Amino acid sequence: MTAVRLRLNGAVVADDVPPRMSLADFLRERRNLTGTHLGCEHGVCGACTVLVDGEPARSCLMLAVACDDREVRTIEGFAGDLVMEALRRSFHQCHGLQCGFCTPAMLITARDLILRRRAGSEHEIREGLAGNICRCTGYTNIVTAIAEAAKEIAKEASDGQ
Amino acid sequence: MKAAAVDYVRPRSLTEAIDRLAAAPDEARVIAGGQSLLAMMNLRLASPALLIDIVRLPELLAVTDDADAVTLGACVTHAAIEDARTPDPSRGLMPRVASTLSYRAIRNRGTIGGSLALAGPAADWPAVFAALDAEVTVLGPNGRRALKCAEFATGPYETKLTDEEIIESLRIPKLSAATRWGYVKLCRPSALFADALAVAIVDPGRDLARVVIDAANGAPLSLDDTASLVGAGQRDLAALRSAVGADLDRASDRHFDEFERSLHTVAAMRAVQQVTA
Repeated sequence: MTAVRLRLNGAVVADDVPPRMSLADFLRERRNLTGTHLGCEHGVCGACTVLVDGEPARSCLMLAVACDDREVRTIEGFAGDLVMEALRRSFHQCHGLQCGFCTPAMLITARDLILRRRAGSEHEIREGLAGNICRCTGYTNIVTAIAEAAKEIAKEASDGQ
Repeated sequence: MKAAAVDYVRPRSLTEAIDRLAAAPDEARVIAGGQSLLAMMNLRLASPALLIDIVRLPELLAVTDDADAVTLGACVTHAAIEDARTPDPSRGLMPRVASTLSYRAIRNRGTIGGSLALAGPAADWPAVFAALDAEVTVLGPNGRRALKCAEFATGPYETKLTDEEIIESLRIPKLSAATRWGYVKLCRPSALFADALAVAIVDPGRDLARVVIDAANGAPLSLDDTASLVGAGQRDLAALRSAVGADLDRASDRHFDEFERSLHTVAAMRAVQQVTA
């Protein structure tokens, strides 16, 4: 067991974990944060994407011990985040999910695309989503939902100026 | 699947990391971004007894920008290069390449040193850094040595790095303003490994002309006849195509089938045409 101490969704947590435990398993099994989903467990499906130090990362391709002193944010940790709220509304309105398995990671990836200004066109959004697989194949509505949220955020930003 | 049981250490200095590795070179694996190693561990294709985590070592994150080259620490991430958070010696080539590697979530963690050390046969950096005439510095118990990237990879997943050495940094010469480069990657789903990949660079200011292909059944392959022609200003497509053909013929140890040969020719010709256009 190795001691690990990290900031998780704003709160400091400390635990002892076996070094082989992935961040994903740590989140789900030790912290009960089951919004992080595990599909392929080798970095291909994207379902386990979380933020590590503010940047999207595959939680199946990070060890929990390697997150010592880092900041991790999961889908449960976005209350009050304006971009995430816009995305949630938009996914609801545009029917951007069916079974919901890929949705938490789709939202986290989409938020990153919008914040990095990489959601300006359908092509850009599709490129940015290439690493997140939806096995319901609901991409059309997911892309529409992200485009709508990006437009809303851009409008709010220009209205606010 | 889940990774097999493993021990984990995070040394505080590069020297300590070298000592740890030298103590158990057969059982230990160095981990940086871990974007390939952890996938292989989860699939049980790799089961090291000890992981030595180097990704936060300040020595490996150092970046220096001098008159004729940029030196990047081995643990600089693809995303840092994509976002130009590090100085770009390559006149846009490196950020462009970085933006096409896998997915952003992987680029945020994956490192250039990790990519060179793994030497995946269809990876972008080994070919690009070879074409840029970059030099890799490795550190081991017997000290430091510098190796040309063009000679660093010796085959698929094989390099000149010994089991006791760690990649420290990468020195990339600055391209001059007159440089033209081309970069072409043929892959069906975006962001996956390439079926064929070509990079061409002509820098009259540094007398550099290189054409390198990858995903070529081995280490990155230099197309020397083609590079000489492109460097000499040849624009005749038939002449260039026959030079590519001669270069591919010479690489008989790669055993290209007709389809692969055709893919590599298309990739190389498109990259060359980006230079000559």
